[in-house]
Amino acid sequence: MSSLFPHLHETILRPRRGWIAVDWRELWEHRELLGFLVMRDIKVRYKQTVLGAAWAILQPLFAMLIFTLIFGRFAKIPSEDAPYAVFVYAGLLPWTFFSTAVTQAGQALVSQQSLLTKIYLPRMFVPAAPVGGALVDLAISFGVFAIVMAVYQQVPGWGVVMVPLLVLLTIAAALGMGLLLAALTVTYRDFRYVIPFMIQAWMYISPVIYPVSLVPAEYRWALALNPLAGVIDGFRAAFLNRPFDWPTLSISAAVSVALLLVGMFYFRKTERRFADIA
Amino acid sequence: MSKPAISVENLGKMYRLSHQGRRADSFREAITNTVLGPLRRLRQLSGREETMEEFWALKDVSFEVQPGEVVGIIGRNGAGKSTLLKVLSRIVEPTEGRAVLRGRVASLLEVGTGFHPELSGRENIYLNGSILGMKKREIDAKFDEIVAFSEVEKFLDTPVKRYSSGMYVRLAFAVAAHLDPEILIVDEVLAVGDAEFQKKCLGKMKQVATGTGRTVLFVSHNMAAVSTLCGTGVMLERGQVLATGPVTEIVDRYLSSGRSEVEGKVTPSRPHGASIWITRAELTGGGPDGTSLRMGDELTLRVHFEADPATARPRLGWVLSDASGSRLLCANNRYSPNPPLPEPASEGTVECRLGMVPLMAGRYQLSLYLGDEVRDTHVLLDALNFEIAPHDVWGEGKTPPQGVSAMWWPSKFSVDATETSIGL
Repeated sequence: MSSLFPHLHETILRPRRGWIAVDWRELWEHRELLGFLVMRDIKVRYKQTVLGAAWAILQPLFAMLIFTLIFGRFAKIPSEDAPYAVFVYAGLLPWTFFSTAVTQAGQALVSQQSLLTKIYLPRMFVPAAPVGGALVDLAISFGVFAIVMAVYQQVPGWGVVMVPLLVLLTIAAALGMGLLLAALTVTYRDFRYVIPFMIQAWMYISPVIYPVSLVPAEYRWALALNPLAGVIDGFRAAFLNRPFDWPTLSISAAVSVALLLVGMFYFRKTERRFADIA
Repeated sequence: MSKPAISVENLGKMYRLSHQGRRADSFREAITNTVLGPLRRLRQLSGREETMEEFWALKDVSFEVQPGEVVGIIGRNGAGKSTLLKVLSRIVEPTEGRAVLRGRVASLLEVGTGFHPELSGRENIYLNGSILGMKKREIDAKFDEIVAFSEVEKFLDTPVKRYSSGMYVRLAFAVAAHLDPEILIVDEVLAVGDAEFQKKCLGKMKQVATGTGRTVLFVSHNMAAVSTLCGTGVMLERGQVLATGPVTEIVDRYLSSGRSEVEGKVTPSRPHGASIWITRAELTGGGPDGTSLRMGDELTLRVHFEADPATARPRLGWVLSDASGSRLLCANNRYSPNPPLPEPASEGTVECRLGMVPLMAGRYQLSLYLGDEVRDTHVLLDALNFEIAPHDVWGEGKTPPQGVSAMWWPSKFSVDATETSIGL
């Protein structure tokens, strides 16, 4: 007699060594789960707050106001001929997304240990979900930005066609960094304390409050090694109708993709130990 | 001949135990610890430290499960049951050997994994179902059934944090009960919920197991549940398979194997994150050697603990149950008078004098719950397994009849004759 379930899927469990490839088929088969986890993240985010989703609008607006006041008015940081508010908001768009996504992704595994120790699921989804959730905030911020642009009577140029690509690069960088930090935090809980400092420092080495042109040309390649540098500069070029700084953008893009690969592979390499040490 | 649904070959799982928390005995040592500690811990966390002790939670485990078989995994605490289920559920990776699973696997090691307290019952059904491996359309198709089984229709749109614990468990189990895998792995989930719901769950499990030709691996401390549900038993001891066979034989063997455990063989390791944990436990009686227990003996339980940080109030609870898993008695010094130690200690013994417990002859199990003022940090289910031997409790040359009740009762009878007049 042949097997009762001839179509059965075989799972072979055995010790594995070294680097483990990303199981794309499994990720694809479970894509609905990622959807549910992202939905949970979004639904829970502003639960039991008075203002609810309005926070997604208020947060970038407050940041814009404070930065405009302190860095624009008092410190008089140049803003490449655009109103400082528009200038800084264009930088805050990718930055806020990145910092939220990385911070939450970094904590995702240690704050939901039962997802590691009580069930098997494609674990990459756990840190990936807050990145997806942060995307919703980003979309809302774009809406607010449109209003800010209208208020300051700024008209974007043809460069806006680059925006989807720039967003993809930011997602790649955030996901890569999030996976890396999530995996590191499982083993070394020190990263829970490191991440907030790291994000704070990262903002100052990213051209969020200052223009890339403030950095001397011969050091710009170093700035571009920060994936956010090229992205933020690209956002400004797109919305403030200015030429793109292609060398900076290309280096940052390459670093973003590299970061994503490093994050994914480090995650896969350490994943099999997660349940043992969580 | 069909291929086995599960074949396990020489499976082994090794953990490295690090001996952490070496206490500084001097100021100089405290300083060196502070400076060198991070370096040592870095080596430890990255798994490169050589001095760590190896501990095999599973070793050379081999068995096969045919499609449609319902297998009960039996064993004491630390026997490796949970590790085995975790390996087969893909949660942890084996250190050696291999296992092949043929079919879609769903495992249920915890009720309500991934439930979010802020989300409504409806949202959690989808989330939890998806985490357990169901597709959205499967959940759609079974949604009404799940809701009916859980009996929480009215609160479907209420956040689950407002649910009573009973409702929470019912909803969580309802989702899991409607999984449709070819292989189902279940760990001790029936230990939650009220008796009525437990019965319902057991019924559902039985239906799942027998009605659909599904392969089930089931772990429970409730021997009655294992006997009703399973056809085959696998008994584990110290990470190895001790016996496999028809479930009745294996359950009998399990129930009669624990004799030596009374003498304090329970030497578990510290659970992760526990501030106080059990290092040894023993139950002694009044028999000549203090260890063989007879009906009418005064029982004394001693639990040795270690604590970090030191504590003055170790809290010990115990539950005594009979061979079938029915709980007979419990006590806990969280609720009964027990003055704290004069100063905090990092190790010690909690002694509980049970006094004379009027148990009938038979096998009993004692579960231990050690913790702090707030919660239990170390739980050992059925940690002590012991036998009470028949004994002439009244010195009348007779023993109370077996099988009538769970206990005999030390009561005093007296008979009075009433004057009756015959010539009414």
